[in-house]
Amino acid sequence: MRMFGLSSVLLISTSLLFGCSANEQSPKKDTKPKETAAPAADLEDVTKAYRDFAIGEISQFVKATEEFTNAVKSGDIEKAKELYPTARMYYERSEPIAEVFGDLDPKIDAREGDVPEEEWTGYHRIEKGLWEENTTKGYEEYADQLLKDTKLLRAKVETVEVTPDVLITGAVDLLNEVSTSKVTGEEDRYSHTDLYDFAANVQGAEKIYELLQPALEKKDQALSEKIGEHFNQVNQLLEKHKKDDKYILYTELQDSEIKELSQAIDALAEPLSQLGIVMEG
Amino acid sequence: MSDSSKKQDKEPAFLDKQVTRRNVLKYTGIGGLGVLLGASSLGGVFAMTKQAPSETGKADKNETVPFYGKHQAGIITEAQNNVYFVSMDVITTKKEEVKHLFKEWTEAVALMTAGNPVGELSPNHYMPPKDTGEVMGLSPAKLTVTFGVGPSLFVLDGKDRFGLKHKQPKELVDLPKFSFDSLEKDWTGGDLCIQACADDPQVAFHAVRNLVRIARGKATIRWAQEGFQRSKQSDPKQETPRNLFGFKDGIVNPNVQDKQEMNKDIWVQPNDGPNWLEGGSYLIIRRIQMYIEVWDRSTLKDQEETFGRYRDSGAPLGQNLEMDPVDLELKDQSGKLMIPENAHVRLAKGDGKQVILRRPYSYTNGMDAKTGSFDAGLLFICFQREPSKQFIPMQQRLAKMDKLNEYTVHKGSAIFACLPGTSLGGFIGETLF
Repeated sequence: MRMFGLSSVLLISTSLLFGCSANEQSPKKDTKPKETAAPAADLEDVTKAYRDFAIGEISQFVKATEEFTNAVKSGDIEKAKELYPTARMYYERSEPIAEVFGDLDPKIDAREGDVPEEEWTGYHRIEKGLWEENTTKGYEEYADQLLKDTKLLRAKVETVEVTPDVLITGAVDLLNEVSTSKVTGEEDRYSHTDLYDFAANVQGAEKIYELLQPALEKKDQALSEKIGEHFNQVNQLLEKHKKDDKYILYTELQDSEIKELSQAIDALAEPLSQLGIVMEG
Repeated sequence: MSDSSKKQDKEPAFLDKQVTRRNVLKYTGIGGLGVLLGASSLGGVFAMTKQAPSETGKADKNETVPFYGKHQAGIITEAQNNVYFVSMDVITTKKEEVKHLFKEWTEAVALMTAGNPVGELSPNHYMPPKDTGEVMGLSPAKLTVTFGVGPSLFVLDGKDRFGLKHKQPKELVDLPKFSFDSLEKDWTGGDLCIQACADDPQVAFHAVRNLVRIARGKATIRWAQEGFQRSKQSDPKQETPRNLFGFKDGIVNPNVQDKQEMNKDIWVQPNDGPNWLEGGSYLIIRRIQMYIEVWDRSTLKDQEETFGRYRDSGAPLGQNLEMDPVDLELKDQSGKLMIPENAHVRLAKGDGKQVILRRPYSYTNGMDAKTGSFDAGLLFICFQREPSKQFIPMQQRLAKMDKLNEYTVHKGSAIFACLPGTSLGGFIGETLF
């Protein structure tokens, strides 16, 4: 099992340190061992729950993509525009898993310039047609391809093995996504619906936190509370940018509001990056 | 460079009797000692790596400036080559969190100034390293970190944010608007400041970066500017540094070795009020952009009359040596004042009653996107006991008629009360919070 592998890596690296520091700092040798808490194996339920969550999201993603691509193919541009931001949220929420397939992720989610023009497909390709060219014409094939790729993702995701480190790095990675592309307005550069992706990334990270919360509380109650507090702050900020239950456009945000969002993510991601403490035991 | 520091450079660190924990980690990696231990030992390892913060640096004494003391370091400390200055906004609404932040900052600075990382590497590789790592293997390079609190920490938009309003010193208020000020919000004010100085820009930045990281969720960067002077390596004689106009800057400074003089002009004294600031000092920073392109096409005569000094020697006009006392009455044969009425040195001196401790750095910030000129100038930093009687009247005079104003524009400004120092076991800010 992969999990066993992980804990032995931990074991070896710690023993390296011990081997040498004991030589150099012998007076400290008698330091009492810290009482051990829940071992990593306890996380098995958590990883299973996360796997179920991610697969659930990707199933929903297929459904939502089907509706979206149908709208594109039937030339219903308004419907397509309406479905675009919310359909993507399932993908953004489950990104630590959805992204595992390095060949499919760019096909589904590459932005213009990420891949050579002739290989550019997926959501953002269609986004450009809808918002920039204001048409669905010529995008039917992209719609077909997108649905196909999405279904393939759903099939492949069954094979994914979720280990604790996927969760630990995944939670922070989701927020890093926000920091590097959502908060800059680069994700949805034609539709400016970045806040939907932003919110979905945060929700994905929060899900991981919720699943790890019991294990985390055993290790560090204060850290867990701090993370919870900062999720609340980010969520409240996002809530402020809704109008009639819809997120406003990125272009409607003031510079100061963008900075506020960015710094709120930094404030959350810093304590969240300590999640790895659950691996100690 | 002294003999002992030369020696340090030549010898491989592991031969040095004083092996730092950092080196231990380094050589552990290289040596690859692998002893597989039973799981029960793991807890011990985790516990062992927790190190109590203390000033246990093993770095060369010539490369360290003591952190603990009655006053904070970085004020009367001889100016290091580089500064990294940040002004911060406090975002937490809880006073306890601000207090805790200062405790954490104090711990981190005590470690960094002694040449230690802010935290040891955890054997748990699923956690980010506590220290960001870019100064591994470097000397502390005389790092000092100086903390200050701004007026807005006490009262912001009329609100007593942390119940500290009654502690706000009467001297700690926003500076008055000076003639020709062209202040930009993005370069002005702040609740807190961190001034990190070191003889290495990477060491200075590392300090600020780690402190800002510790502050995440409690305070955010409002503005930041790095600055430099000529390095000590390129000026072994340690002459007065020159600013980007090519003139010596900071010639007239009080003698920092003279305790009486420092108590009279720089350190807040027992009866000045408030008590918590006793032993502290007021820091004023001005980000002054220099129109260097304009300056470069003005004549030498014009340049020297602007400053009131010779460019080459730094001597006051009509005199011979840099350190000659400025004689404002001196006239040439035709009876004209040697130092013109609007020369910088004349206006700065005034009646000679206002003394401030200047600790300026130059800055360059790439190109001014609007004009295509350099965004370069002076990060003017000064310290004093009573701004209302020192910097403020001096600057009012300068702003009104200094000839230098033709070549400069003040774009940033802030005032901070630099807290008193602390001793082992205490923390910076202990008297305030």
